[in-house]
Amino acid sequence: MPAVEVTGLTVRYGPAGTPAAVDGVDLTAAAGEVLVVLGPNGAGKTSTVETLEGYRRPAAGEVRVLGLRPIADHAALSGRIGVMLQRGGVYPMLGPRRVLDLFAGYYAEPVPADELLELVGLRSVAGTPWRHLSGGEQQRLSLALALVGRPDVAFLDEPTAGVDPEGRIAVRAVVSGLRERGVCVVLTTHELGEAEKMADRIVILSAGRVVLEGTPHGLTAAAAPGTVTFGAPPALDVVALAAAVGPGTTATETAAGRYRVEAPEVGTPAVTAAVANFLAARGATLTDLATGRSLEDVYFETVGPAGDAVPVEAPSGAAGRGRRRSR
Amino acid sequence: MSTNAGALRPLRAQTGAEVFMTLRRGETLLLTLGIPVVFLLFFSKVSVVSTPTATPANFFVPGILSLAVMSTAMVSLGIATGFERGYGVLKRLGATPLGRPRLLGAKIITIIAVELLQAAVLLPVGLALGWNPGGGGPAAVAGAIGAVLLGSAAFAGIGLFMAGTLRAEVNLAAANGLYLVLLLLGGMIVPLAKLPSGLASFAKLLPAAALSSALHAALGSGAAVPAESWIVLAVWAVAAPLAAALTFRWE
Repeated sequence: MPAVEVTGLTVRYGPAGTPAAVDGVDLTAAAGEVLVVLGPNGAGKTSTVETLEGYRRPAAGEVRVLGLRPIADHAALSGRIGVMLQRGGVYPMLGPRRVLDLFAGYYAEPVPADELLELVGLRSVAGTPWRHLSGGEQQRLSLALALVGRPDVAFLDEPTAGVDPEGRIAVRAVVSGLRERGVCVVLTTHELGEAEKMADRIVILSAGRVVLEGTPHGLTAAAAPGTVTFGAPPALDVVALAAAVGPGTTATETAAGRYRVEAPEVGTPAVTAAVANFLAARGATLTDLATGRSLEDVYFETVGPAGDAVPVEAPSGAAGRGRRRSR
Repeated sequence: MSTNAGALRPLRAQTGAEVFMTLRRGETLLLTLGIPVVFLLFFSKVSVVSTPTATPANFFVPGILSLAVMSTAMVSLGIATGFERGYGVLKRLGATPLGRPRLLGAKIITIIAVELLQAAVLLPVGLALGWNPGGGGPAAVAGAIGAVLLGSAAFAGIGLFMAGTLRAEVNLAAANGLYLVLLLLGGMIVPLAKLPSGLASFAKLLPAAALSSALHAALGSGAAVPAESWIVLAVWAVAAPLAAALTFRWE
């Protein structure tokens, strides 16, 4: 049984006929898996997660968390899920320790406040009222509150929004700790880098629909064998570069000093070697070389720069583990 | 599934937090203790309002107790709950095993605790001002307690109705405005008999005047609480919480 199972979920904020915020979404997540729901603002990420948390009643479709219905089985489920809301949710006059102690009172076997303060790095501000914490500290407290009850499923809505680099590292550490303990983590973000670092699987939502789904590897490297991107001095001879790599190769300068070489018939290691030799022969520098498509490429190809989903065709050649869907 | 002890633990934790926050909010203490004490002292000592009783304290102690109940159950509860809703606290609590009944239970216990504190401060001050609790005996005490409980339910219902429907800032203003109106029309400081007769008839339908009339009888003259007060209080004590329950938006 998957920890989270969503079938044909539709969420509307008005009567039937109003545009759906979530429009026929299917997704699953297993115990010990980190599922990242990625998408632009308004894609339906929060609506989807809030339905799983029991805040929204689906207009259509089925939602199960640990085999239970979020609203009807709330009493049985609420002790087994952890929730991090996108904003707020904490008494402004209480400090982290007091809030964590309070939440500990709600659960049967809570994690002690001290342990959580240490984990998210709030020990030094344990007594500072929430309203005097920085935005990043408030986010980290909110994250800690999701962990108090030792959940089997954790829903983290934009956990890295407004968080400083240190906080991001803390969030990533918490997420991988949850994964190790077999917790199912459903995490929303619109930050591609965070998604790529934390996800076991990514679902990209756009305009309320799933437009792409797969592992980070499946969506990027495996979906584009032989693709290499790198930085080098601008205005290199891309025709010569393509010829140097081998047959069936295209080379483009995507922005000044940014190059992309696509050589599906050659394969990534050989492309990398050819690029390196090509640059060495010209005495050119080489910076941030990456293989495969970046998640950013994939994201904008699917979602479009304005956040509108563009039709997706079936992947050509080796499909990898990425699964594209269009409706 | 859960034992009784297990079911009570979240209630205990929540009640502890509610009481802590209530007593830590300066504006709440000003409203629930400061203003009632100052009003009781001032109006009992300075004869700006002529009272129907020979000893001013015999009128003002029951009146100010009614004001204290209204401050706690309607204004303090309503404003705090409105902000909790605005800050997403209620939403977040909705995803915990606390549950609405225990959240409500914690708030009710907190109201009663604050009211006991108010009584512990106001009654000795009243006695020092010459208040004579009347000769009603146990029946009068029971009547006063019953009226305070019904009044608390009515005021809490009104406070939560506004907190659950209005934006936090609007709710703050509305609760304070209503407090002032009910203070003036509630027979708490200005005797109802001083109001124009039409206004007095209207005022008698409000929970504030019903509570103060009940307390004036039980704790002032020692007479039985008038049936009219019981009826008005009972109707509000049912209708207001019901309206709140039906309209409350948690987000």
